[in-house]
Amino acid sequence: MEHIDFSLVDWSRAQFALTALYHWIFVPLTLGLSFIIAIMETLYVKTGNPEWKRITKYWMSLFGINFAIGVATGIILEFEFGTNWSNYSWFVGDIFGAPLAIEGIMAFFMESTFIAIMFFGWNKVSKKFHLLSSWLVAIGSNLSALWILVANAWMQNPTGMQFNPETARNEMVDFWSILFSPVAINKFLHTITSGYVLASIFVIGISAWYIIRKREVILGKRSIVVAGTFGLIASLYLAFTGDGSAKAVAQYQPMKLAAMEGLYHGSENAPLVAIGILDDVEINVDEDHFIAELPIPGALSMLAFGDFDAFVPGIYDLVHGNEEQGIISYQEKIKIGKKSIDALKAYKVAKKEGNTNEAEKQLKIFKENYKYFGFGYYAGHDPHELIPPVKITFYAFHIMVSLGTYFILFFALMLFYTLKNKIQDKNFILKLAVWTIPLAFISQEAGWIVAEVGRQPWVIQDLMPTIAAVSKIATTNVIITFFLFLAVFTALLIAEFKIMLTQIKKGPEEISKN
Amino acid sequence: MFENLSLLALQEYWWLIISVLGAALVFLLFVQGGQTMIYKLGKTEIERKMIVNSLGRKWELTFSTLVVFGGAFFASFPLFYSTSFGGAYWVWMAILFAFIIQAVSYEYRTKANNFLGTKTYETFLFINGLLATVLLGAAVATFFTGSQFSVDFNRLTDLTSGEMPIISSWETPFYGLEAIWTTSNLAFLTNLSLGLAVFFLARLLANLYFINNIDDDTLYERNLKCLKNNSIVFLVFFLFFVIRLMFIDGFAVNETSKEVFMQPNKYFHNLIEMPIVLILFLVGVVLVLFGIYKALFKASKKGIWFSGSGTFLTVLALFFIAGYNNTSFYPSTFDLQSSLTIENSSSSHYTLTAMSYVSLMVPFVIAYIWYVWKAMDNEPITKQEVEEDNHMY
Repeated sequence: MEHIDFSLVDWSRAQFALTALYHWIFVPLTLGLSFIIAIMETLYVKTGNPEWKRITKYWMSLFGINFAIGVATGIILEFEFGTNWSNYSWFVGDIFGAPLAIEGIMAFFMESTFIAIMFFGWNKVSKKFHLLSSWLVAIGSNLSALWILVANAWMQNPTGMQFNPETARNEMVDFWSILFSPVAINKFLHTITSGYVLASIFVIGISAWYIIRKREVILGKRSIVVAGTFGLIASLYLAFTGDGSAKAVAQYQPMKLAAMEGLYHGSENAPLVAIGILDDVEINVDEDHFIAELPIPGALSMLAFGDFDAFVPGIYDLVHGNEEQGIISYQEKIKIGKKSIDALKAYKVAKKEGNTNEAEKQLKIFKENYKYFGFGYYAGHDPHELIPPVKITFYAFHIMVSLGTYFILFFALMLFYTLKNKIQDKNFILKLAVWTIPLAFISQEAGWIVAEVGRQPWVIQDLMPTIAAVSKIATTNVIITFFLFLAVFTALLIAEFKIMLTQIKKGPEEISKN
Repeated sequence: MFENLSLLALQEYWWLIISVLGAALVFLLFVQGGQTMIYKLGKTEIERKMIVNSLGRKWELTFSTLVVFGGAFFASFPLFYSTSFGGAYWVWMAILFAFIIQAVSYEYRTKANNFLGTKTYETFLFINGLLATVLLGAAVATFFTGSQFSVDFNRLTDLTSGEMPIISSWETPFYGLEAIWTTSNLAFLTNLSLGLAVFFLARLLANLYFINNIDDDTLYERNLKCLKNNSIVFLVFFLFFVIRLMFIDGFAVNETSKEVFMQPNKYFHNLIEMPIVLILFLVGVVLVLFGIYKALFKASKKGIWFSGSGTFLTVLALFFIAGYNNTSFYPSTFDLQSSLTIENSSSSHYTLTAMSYVSLMVPFVIAYIWYVWKAMDNEPITKQEVEEDNHMY
């Protein structure tokens, strides 16, 4: 397909990646901090202790700064499906649009309505109603995450739909299987708990900073107890859901798993690379690419399939096929996909000409081959083009997992010393807490890089590649908007960062004076 | 319940939902209107603070309504979503950028060390107020004047023609911006007049809202003065648009063959053939005028409720005549048969049914928004309040 404008596809991808990565700097903090604030306010309402109210209001002021930029960077993502991925919007709009609409009706209104009470309603409504509003803001923001993650999970594991050749699109046939698909449930739980972990680290890090400076020690310790407990539970659960995610990836997106592990040649008793360095990976899939690695034998087979002896396919097996394991090569899949596309085309022609027999015959061929429909767009291309960027996926995955493991220890340590009332004497640990904040953000971004880069080139797994999903716009326009987003979002990020730091330096006392 | 409805009935129901959201959005654009008058009305910092805080408690509602409007359009009429958003790229991008810069401006405006300075954030609010209203108005006007795009489902399976396999294609290099200079059929005048009518409507609604929501004599007087000017200019543009709308050829759909054709005075016919819509339209316009009258001549502070509900009904009626009665709601002047109707652009029966159940939540949503609005606005904003409260914009 010489007519594919790859620069358009690349810039459209770059723009989506840019806006999504920016948005995700702020979302996890909103997801987690909203619950931490609600817990703190509950303690205030339960105990009547005004110190808890002060603590709640302080974290709420930081929440507000973050929330605003989260909203600002979020609006574009919903509309970008249309502006930059127009074909995608039609091809799966019948399924994908619904979660987005439900997100708006169910979650956004709840968030935006009750946040007004949360910030401005202290003296306008009763204590209990205010508390309820704070909980509803937390529930609303997490509900919005539910729906958008259901939509994302569906792209990774399309289910509950059927292709309608008349309308040339996929149509929903089972709402519940989309909502309750194991991939969706895992993705939702894994993502929101990662938000709780980040928010807990944020609260602990800032509290530690106050304790180091011997300011707001009570606020700091109480905040660490709440956030440490919340964070520890969340991080343990995060590891559990991470395991579930890996199993789902192994089942539905084997190429992504192979890229995550830099696994070129599959095997039984496949090793998990705990730490590794890859060379400058090229398309050559015949060789392995590790310069150095620390493998744990059999662990990948266990992680992916719960069985040390299970076969985990590598990139080579997936591209070239593996008869012994029943894996079809990409070249074969491209042929099947092309057959499906051609059959759909022939079906349309036959239908138009009123040739019912031919139409039925073509429809049958189309349906039999639909499973690899998206591969057909790569007819005439080198199948190696279907391999995702391995290095980025590998490193992002390993950064995410290493940091996730560290966070569990971190929470346990912080909680232990705070409950023992020794935290104020542990300067090193307090400083470590401050420096853990950026690590939490890095782990978040790394997680999304694994999820999204690792599934390239698929917008919808096996059914629609990016080259068939994009909007038909002259590339220059997308380049201009890319740089506009870069400039605007960077300026807003700097503003957010400066305001946040200033507010933290001022501390709760000064903030409440202003 | 919804399963038993025909596909057409569901499509009509979802056009109703879209119309309700669109109408609510135009009413809530008073926030944007207010943002264009911060300096016109507020001569001192404390006055500006009262204005910004009065709007600041409502901006997220407008914002959320826009997002839900987009989401609902995606879910119910995905072909519109893919064609318009992926084609009229610059119009939608300009609108979105305007909302991006708005979302941070309230929170960051007066915060210490805010990087860009208070004035910049206030300018962002002004830009949002201007662009969002004019462009949304002009974009809706293209529902009546048409746009230059083509839709061809065969492209999805055409791997040999030298074209990309993209179903919807915008056929001008300006990606929607041409709506403000397309001279054919004087489309630019119609588009701009609705854009400017929405802009001045948003401003006059903001005046009425401030009169109701801020307890300050000086601001009250200035609002009255502004209200008069905004109302006059609004009426000029609105009347121009309505008169043109009644006389232009419209994009009609043949009930049997589903072919789109040009019909003289189509939108006038739609009003006449749907008397309920005509009544809605007339009552809406009268209510808008009555709200203005109450504020200007009867010193009433309740004008916003009349003009607000009038705005809602008028916009609702405009959406109805755009989509109902065998009309193409998103017509193509490039290829008439590519025009979008509620029948050829909608989601499937299953999805519309599922979404219809979701729509049952809307009354509950409206109820709690109403309750919270009342709780928050029981007492109008005063100087004392904005001076004392520590979480103020």
